[in-house]
Amino acid sequence: MSHESTYDPQTGIEKWLDKRLPVVRLAYDSFVDFPTPKNLNYWWTFGGILAICLVIQILTGVILAMHYTPHVDYAFDSVEHIMRDVNYGWLMRYAHANGASMFFLAVYIHMFRGLYYGSYKEPREVLWILGVVIFLLMMATAFMGYVLPWGQMSFWGATVITGFFTAFPIVGDPIQTLLLGGPAVGNPTLNRFFSLHYLLPFAIAGVVMLHIWALHVPGNNNPAGVEVKDVKKDTLPFHPYYTVKDGFAIAVFLLLFAAFVFFMPNSLGHPDNYIEANPLSTPAHIVPEWYFLPFYGILRAVPDKLGGVLLMFGSILVLFVLPWLDTSKVRSMRYRPIAKLWFAIFVVCCLALGWLGGQPAEGVYVLWARITTVYYFAYFLVILPLLGVMETPTEMPKSISQSVLKKVSDGTETDASGAAAAQPAE
Amino acid sequence: MKVMNIIKSVSIALAGAALLAAGGAAFAAGGKTKEYKHPHFHFEGVFGTYDTDALQRGYQVYRTVCANCHSMDLVAFRNLGQKGGPFYLDECPEGVADNVDCSNPTDNPIVKAIAAEYQYPGEPDDYGDIPMRAGLPADKFPSPYENVQIARLANGGALPPDMSLLIKARHHGPAYIYSLLTGYEEPPASVEVPIGQYYNPYYAGDMTQLLKPEYLDEEGHVVEGVEVPYGGVFAMAQPLYDGSVDYADEETPETVEQYAMDVVEFLMWAAEPKLEARKKLGVMTIGYLIVLCGLLYFSYRQIWSNVKK
Repeated sequence: MSHESTYDPQTGIEKWLDKRLPVVRLAYDSFVDFPTPKNLNYWWTFGGILAICLVIQILTGVILAMHYTPHVDYAFDSVEHIMRDVNYGWLMRYAHANGASMFFLAVYIHMFRGLYYGSYKEPREVLWILGVVIFLLMMATAFMGYVLPWGQMSFWGATVITGFFTAFPIVGDPIQTLLLGGPAVGNPTLNRFFSLHYLLPFAIAGVVMLHIWALHVPGNNNPAGVEVKDVKKDTLPFHPYYTVKDGFAIAVFLLLFAAFVFFMPNSLGHPDNYIEANPLSTPAHIVPEWYFLPFYGILRAVPDKLGGVLLMFGSILVLFVLPWLDTSKVRSMRYRPIAKLWFAIFVVCCLALGWLGGQPAEGVYVLWARITTVYYFAYFLVILPLLGVMETPTEMPKSISQSVLKKVSDGTETDASGAAAAQPAE
Repeated sequence: MKVMNIIKSVSIALAGAALLAAGGAAFAAGGKTKEYKHPHFHFEGVFGTYDTDALQRGYQVYRTVCANCHSMDLVAFRNLGQKGGPFYLDECPEGVADNVDCSNPTDNPIVKAIAAEYQYPGEPDDYGDIPMRAGLPADKFPSPYENVQIARLANGGALPPDMSLLIKARHHGPAYIYSLLTGYEEPPASVEVPIGQYYNPYYAGDMTQLLKPEYLDEEGHVVEGVEVPYGGVFAMAQPLYDGSVDYADEETPETVEQYAMDVVEFLMWAAEPKLEARKKLGVMTIGYLIVLCGLLYFSYRQIWSNVKK
């Protein structure tokens, strides 16, 4: 949160620099002495984890680009050249490919956390919207990156996904032609996707800075969802308290990451992408990467092409207006006993949509995809607006320090302030 | 409270695993084939490595049988002599000059000898003719056919896939290839296999198309009570028979199962030559991270010890 700077330059060079460009002061106030609510749980560590993910993707990506050839005749072989002949090329490529999956895994957890604890609510609407922008950029980047190895799934995935745009009347075909650089997926497509795949991560990095800025103005939300009242009692300096906690979480996350990179590097990919792209042979099943499957599920739940595409885009666009759809004054669902249940169903629906997106679009799968799609939209457009008016929240702690004290006393101590309405320990 | 914290942490981890599993499950779909046989391969598991003897035998099977129809464009002779490859040498055998480093694949005498058994077009001479020259370690494995058209012509219209990445390009590659190679059997009586096609219960295909007319009703649907057999038909005849490849080593059985084991080992190596280095580095990385996690966790406890009370 915006706070009085406590940076006190000690050395000569720091004093000199501070008068000219107070960049050390900025870093100090943002990442050392930044007052952070003392009750953040492990769900709050995914911001730091995501920062690490972005750095890993950019570093490995820059190295891969040194050895990769964006040409339809050479792309597939150049990737294999990286795998076979470049020193530690296999490590760079597997880290980059699995890194994308890890990035999405972390971002989904990060988003669900925001949804549960109401992190999108006033005064953090802009913070949330910037997050959705980052998510959109990530999706575009990941999609274009998957095309670069020029395998069968690369080619046919690009064909299917750019085909979505043709659903739009009048503008659809020109948009698709512009994306592809021609009438069909080919060398111009590969060239522009490579160019954009290299560009967008830096755009993401830029929006991430805005995201952090927008975080540091109102300050962190927290599991209790009450604002900081007393900086001394309610907060801790970011360093060392949260650097060490985030650091621990990052190390655990890297364990999972390493398990994939070193022991099952191809388990999240599709075997067909080890077959070079062939415009004359369509794979039996064209499936996107796992992290796109929920949206693919929504797309295929609708019998009409344009309707499916609109709903798919809508499923993300609805997130932009979420801060104004949720009418509840209470941020954290800890104190919203009814909303909590609807949220749990929402999570199950998202996972189910992901699973359904990978199944053939027929019979009972389509039926379930429709049910879960309806719930997905109903959650944002009906349930949250109504619940905010109809639900009676349980009593909230008056302050962050009180919620922490209550937790420590483990429910045995009756809180004098009367805020002890039994909360399930989390 | 401690317990709750642990439960909380575990639930976070599980949520992550569930997200991944939801994605992974999507790839489980496949054709209606018999369940694959899955013998234990030497390269499997956290500490898996390639069995050099099996790689050498596998190369022999590939070269004597598979290479007659299948190319392996991404693999060069020098790869055979790289660390982890079938013919890697730590030190030179007797009779090689002292100043030669045989661990360098291009100086490896076995690799040089293998490469020299093949002929490649050389540089144009003074008359513009292109003479043939002996193969070098840097040369890629030769293709059995000059072009795709000839390959198709020789195989009843089907194109034998390149084998460089074959194991990684199929679901459950090692088990699948092993099952396919050892799984040829007489087609079930209920189907009619076209000439030039061969039945295999592990091949993903649609056997309803091949059911004899008496098993289909007027609309072409399968008559009730008739079971559609597993598998499918394709253009590759059974390639391996007991005794069809002569192993130098007297003790290794010359059976289809053994050939299949060995050639799968070799194909895995061809597709993933850096597997040993990867797993070795993986074990060290995981070990390092576990220690780091421990240190960070206790630092966290230490730093936070005065906060909550």
